[in-house]
Amino acid sequence: MFRLEKRPTPSRGWTIATPILAVLMTMIAGGIMFAILGKDPFEAIKIIFWDPLFSEQFASYSRPQLLVKAGPLILIAIGLSFGFRAGIWNIGAEGQYIIGALCGAGLGLAVYPTDSVFIFPAMVIAGAFGGWLWAMIPAILRTKFNTNEILVSLLLVYVAEHIMAAMALGLLRNPEGHGFPGSRNFKQYEAAFNGELLAGTGMHWGVVAAFIAVIFAYVTMSKHLLGFQITLAGQSPRAARFSGVNPTRLIMLCLGISGALAGMAGLFEVTGPAGQITTSFNQGYGFTAIIVAFLGRLNPIGILLAGLLMALTYIGGDLAQLMLGLPAPAIQAFQGMLLFFLLAMDVLSNFRIVLKKSEAV
Amino acid sequence: MSEQLIKLDGLTKAYPGVVANDAVSFSIDKGEVHALLGENGAGKSTLVKMIYGLVHPDAGQMTLEGNAFSPTEPRAARAAGVAMVFQHFSLFEALNVAENIALGMENPPKQSELAARITKVSHDYGLPLDPHRLVGDLSAGERQRVEIIRCLLQDPKLLIMDEPTSVLTPQEVEILFHTLRQLRDEGTAILYISHKLDEIRAICDSATILRHGKVVDTCTPSEKSARELAEMMVGSALHQPLREAGAFGDVVLELNNLSAAATSQFGTALKNINMQVRAGEVLGIGGVAGNGQEELLAAISGETPCGADTARFEGRPIGDFGPNARRELGILAAPEERLGHAAAPDMSLIENALLTAASREKLVNKGFVDWGKTRAFAKRVIAEFDVRTPGARTAARALSGGNLQKFVIGREVLQNPRVLVVNQPTWGVDASAAAQIRQSLLDLAEKGAAVVVISQDLDELMEISDNFCALNEGRMTKPHPAKGLTVEEIGLMLGGADEQEAAHV
Repeated sequence: MFRLEKRPTPSRGWTIATPILAVLMTMIAGGIMFAILGKDPFEAIKIIFWDPLFSEQFASYSRPQLLVKAGPLILIAIGLSFGFRAGIWNIGAEGQYIIGALCGAGLGLAVYPTDSVFIFPAMVIAGAFGGWLWAMIPAILRTKFNTNEILVSLLLVYVAEHIMAAMALGLLRNPEGHGFPGSRNFKQYEAAFNGELLAGTGMHWGVVAAFIAVIFAYVTMSKHLLGFQITLAGQSPRAARFSGVNPTRLIMLCLGISGALAGMAGLFEVTGPAGQITTSFNQGYGFTAIIVAFLGRLNPIGILLAGLLMALTYIGGDLAQLMLGLPAPAIQAFQGMLLFFLLAMDVLSNFRIVLKKSEAV
Repeated sequence: MSEQLIKLDGLTKAYPGVVANDAVSFSIDKGEVHALLGENGAGKSTLVKMIYGLVHPDAGQMTLEGNAFSPTEPRAARAAGVAMVFQHFSLFEALNVAENIALGMENPPKQSELAARITKVSHDYGLPLDPHRLVGDLSAGERQRVEIIRCLLQDPKLLIMDEPTSVLTPQEVEILFHTLRQLRDEGTAILYISHKLDEIRAICDSATILRHGKVVDTCTPSEKSARELAEMMVGSALHQPLREAGAFGDVVLELNNLSAAATSQFGTALKNINMQVRAGEVLGIGGVAGNGQEELLAAISGETPCGADTARFEGRPIGDFGPNARRELGILAAPEERLGHAAAPDMSLIENALLTAASREKLVNKGFVDWGKTRAFAKRVIAEFDVRTPGARTAARALSGGNLQKFVIGREVLQNPRVLVVNQPTWGVDASAAAQIRQSLLDLAEKGAAVVVISQDLDELMEISDNFCALNEGRMTKPHPAKGLTVEEIGLMLGGADEQEAAHV
């Protein structure tokens, strides 16, 4: 029989090895699933993990997509990781992302067609502010009335989606759009457009912001007292209070940071890859970022890698649907397996498996 | 001649990295009270768990009344006549006494029948207990009676008691001892585990001393002094705390009519606490667990801020200050719960050093942690307080209770507090480490700090306090000079008989 035994200190080696092991296990289990569906498993795995980056046929299109998709995921996940480390669960980044995009885009559309270098930076700030504002609702309800921030933040996503639809059909609708839903396209508004910075890389300002956020989070977590307090509050709330951490302040701060970064991500998306406010311009990045945050073990560098990996499975998944005719649920199941194996393997960093000799009773 | 009841022969149990019991052999006769003595981690718990069938030995045999005895589970041990009263009770507060006892029985009789049996047994053994009362309404001493009566209903041949007196007042201890003597006279053997050497000398007929999992000695406790017993346990001469009684300085910390809500569901609210402690004074606060000790520490440390005027530091109102503002003034605290309150279990000792020392040791510069300085401070605590750990990077949860306690106390003492409040400073700590911790508290007072020691160990309080108060249901008695207080007077104070009047001046 096997038995799990708690390690006195978490194993450093396993903490690094488990994500790699989880990816391998996903490839094996996913491969079996693809084989059952009647597809060549090796071909499918190659299309998902290899072709988007290196195939001559697709790479020129899909390689830039890697950063386009990974940018918002990383930016949102970094914000979420602050709260998740402190045990504050913001599940509603998707809503903050939408409201941030609406606020930032709204500002840009309000001053259309003024041309100034300050417009885009002001829109970024407005986007961050919108996301922050939306996150303050669960924060204040939690600190004043002790409501559950998981439920409140999640339900506010649906409220945000309705506001988004109303905006696309009403206030922000393109006056020159012949009555079609959706705002003006930012591709036609130079001062507010978040274009590619280096041609063919997919690099836009949102990706730059994501990289800055990674560095900022890394420094905060490892060197700043705030990072220590966040980790402490997550691990032992009572010790944190004893240490002088103010729980109210921490909740406001963590939800505020995650909201602001999600709002910024929304703004970068709507002014860049999405191009305009539509009734459904949001891509579910806010939810996927939760997976990215955990896949990266709430560690900034881990989140960077996890965001890239997640983006890869998205692009590769699309490609596999196209090339092999794999059904979309199979791709989602494959992504689900990745998270499942990661969490399952996580046990190994805190526990060791001991072979138990069967005792003669 | 008395007959042998149980014999242990070469019992061995190893856990990864440590041999908990190494070829332990001894025997207990019928009608004998046998003490099992040892420091923390000496292997006492593992040994009794093997007798009770909770742990299976790697090697060795036991015989009970001449027959081979190897219980595979507690039920088998109980069937063979072995009963155990644990240190921590397993009772349901929402059920009454009889219902709780029925839950632990194989074939419980009808409630009315069981209630009658409980009343009879409690009467026979001088342990008054009403079978219909809710356990939630009982005191710790009464709850222990429920556990004892649960055992007695099985007519045990061997009764194992793990630290039975840690939750009792001196009067309750007397009642318990009376019961145990009666059981002994009826032929029941008792295996008695305790840290309290005076109790062992009072009640035990023989003692087996364990050190590092091995039997190092056996003796007749009544023929030895408590000091000799302690030295047998520790294996070296004990360092007794020494104290030059000095003159006290000005009042450093005072609490005026402080009331605070309970910190937890099972806590006790503080009601109108008045307290003063002067520079150089050690104020001991006794009381049975759960009478407001945690709340008092939280009120002084700043975890539960109260009205500004309810607490004064050198005359200045500080009642509304948070923990860090108080730390900057020099008011430091070491809570009872080491893991999860005084220290974060999964964090290293370095990070745990930062937990309380950030402001006073200037470990943070413009918000950035100076990890080098923090590591140096952690290492200083480890070195000066003899914390046994593989290194400063080790997680707090990997340390034994005693070593973590030394770290927690050392972390506060080395920050040069003006006021230090500690709750249960030597709980679960072995004799030599406890002496070391007490000495460090006395040294601190010597240097002019005001020290408040909250403890349930009366011997400890009598040893180090200048003045003594007791907490009872959230109220505090007036202070009395510790010197010359008798056990009866202390018992009355703990019982809350006299909150206004001084029993002894």
